Amino acid sequence: MSTPSDALGDEAAGLEASDLGLAYGKHTIIEALNLSLPQGQVTAIVGPNGCGKSTLLAGLARLHTPSQGHVLLDGQDIQRLPSRALATRLALLPQETHAPEGLTVSELIRFGRQPHQGWLRQWSEEDQCVVAQAMEAADLQGLADRSLDALSGGQRQRAWIAMTIAQHTPLLLLDEPTSALDLGHQIEVFELIRRLAAKGRTVVMVVHDLASACRYADYLVAMHEGAIIAEGDPRDIVTPTLVRQLYGIDCTLIPDPETGSPLLAGIRRASS
Amino acid sequence: MPEPATDMVLLKAAGTPPRLLAKALFLAGLLLLACLASLLFGAGDVGPVRALTWLLGGGDDEAHFVISTLRAPRALIGLTVGMALGVSGALLQAVARNPLAEPGLLGVSAGSAFAVALILVMGASAATLRVGVAQIGALVGCLCVLGVARLRGVDGDPIRLVLAGAAFTGLLGALTSLLLLYDQRAADEIRFWVVGSLSGRRLDDLVAIAPGLLVAGVITLLIARPLASLALGERVATGLGHQPKLIRLLVIFSVALLVGSATAVAGPIAFVGLVVPYAARALAGPDIRRTLWLCLLLGPLMVITADIISRLLVAPSEMPLGVLTALCGAPVLVAVVRARRLPSL
Repeated sequence: MSTPSDALGDEAAGLEASDLGLAYGKHTIIEALNLSLPQGQVTAIVGPNGCGKSTLLAGLARLHTPSQGHVLLDGQDIQRLPSRALATRLALLPQETHAPEGLTVSELIRFGRQPHQGWLRQWSEEDQCVVAQAMEAADLQGLADRSLDALSGGQRQRAWIAMTIAQHTPLLLLDEPTSALDLGHQIEVFELIRRLAAKGRTVVMVVHDLASACRYADYLVAMHEGAIIAEGDPRDIVTPTLVRQLYGIDCTLIPDPETGSPLLAGIRRASS
Repeated sequence: MPEPATDMVLLKAAGTPPRLLAKALFLAGLLLLACLASLLFGAGDVGPVRALTWLLGGGDDEAHFVISTLRAPRALIGLTVGMALGVSGALLQAVARNPLAEPGLLGVSAGSAFAVALILVMGASAATLRVGVAQIGALVGCLCVLGVARLRGVDGDPIRLVLAGAAFTGLLGALTSLLLLYDQRAADEIRFWVVGSLSGRRLDDLVAIAPGLLVAGVITLLIARPLASLALGERVATGLGHQPKLIRLLVIFSVALLVGSATAVAGPIAFVGLVVPYAARALAGPDIRRTLWLCLLLGPLMVITADIISRLLVAPSEMPLGVLTALCGAPVLVAVVRARRLPSL
């Protein structure tokens, strides 16, 4: 049996926002934002609550129609792409997920194959193979027939990510993939994300915790009040000034002795 | 190149559990038995032995008449109505993501019945007209109650949706009674119909509802896959390349066709759409692509069995089918609501 290659590097996966504006009704969240996401890397979007980071991710994933500007996928406006075509190039995991009671891990992951199926193309051996690979990638072997309700938080989140892996898209957008998890489970999920990037996928995630973002992302996008105030390698852009601008706190930054990524120490509320 | 997946993993990722087919075959066998029993038992002089003799090629003229003009059409109508109600319940529950969303409880059947009463009072009586009107009534009922469900506060609480539906059903029931008070002729014509029954229906009624059922069936087949993904939430379904709004509209349209057709033929029959999908989920798991198949078997099984009991329980007269399904269904509803927590869809 032929195994589909997991290398997605040959497919370009350039996602850009050009002059992008997003609004809820008359309430503008983001205005004239420009962003180009580095391919094959992990990008983390960080910022205080309500800064528009999840809205930006929703806009990039076409869950939200822009009030101005465009989101471009390999130069094409995503609003003009057919839904199915978009779903074969860009996978998305929302922050809050919900599965019907009794749904098993393998059933969930199989949903990821839907964009590749159609009336003339039902479940195939290739689908089967991709699902098995996704399960392996997310380290879920042996849990295939377990109900999602019976899993630990970390396992459950890895199962959801495995569903997006099975979608076999060069681009993965994850909205706070670790928000409800304890530290051990967070690391499980972040390490899975790193492995995906190592295989050539472009990952964009909204992350609540600045320290984790610095540790696991290659590229950091810092947002404040709907605008990007800094972007780049976290080791270069994270400074006490930026932290103060973002969260209104003073801190000392020290490089992680293992990775060199910035760690926040001596955090206190900013003296105004 | 990643390591090739092991056979074990592949096996685990494989599709439909083989047990489902066995369950479906078992249910099909039961349904066949129920259909046979429906030909054998009934009020009147033709008992099981005479009926069986006729079925086996012997028998007399009376048995021939009773079976071919009364009981066989009745079994066929029960089969059709059961399928329509079972499937419509599963569809409505999937689209409302509410295990209690049942066309009979939410006012869909009541909307349909009210519309039919209205045109009868206005003087109409043709069967085909009745079907169309029943379907429009069901559609309006469906939209009303789902509209209420989207209001702030009701959304997200399954029991509140049922309360809204109960209020709506009560209101429409009262209006229907009011209409009938003013028109004795219409009242006589539909008194038995309005409580739900399979007795005295003709095969012509089936011909009238066939197109609607066919359209609903095709739509259901086309949207089964995206509808299944809607169970993972609107955003996930969108991420998988589907259009939740379109799916939802199509589902509501098919539910209206199905419930309208069933109601036009048999009157409003509640609880089938609650009990049947519930049992189907218990047997086949949460994926609607599997539960729908079982609903096709379980729906008629419940309706035909209830119809046989309704004939025998108070023979020689008949208990209306709608009364019997309510007697079986209401305890199930109470049990579901009383459960520690509602199963989430």
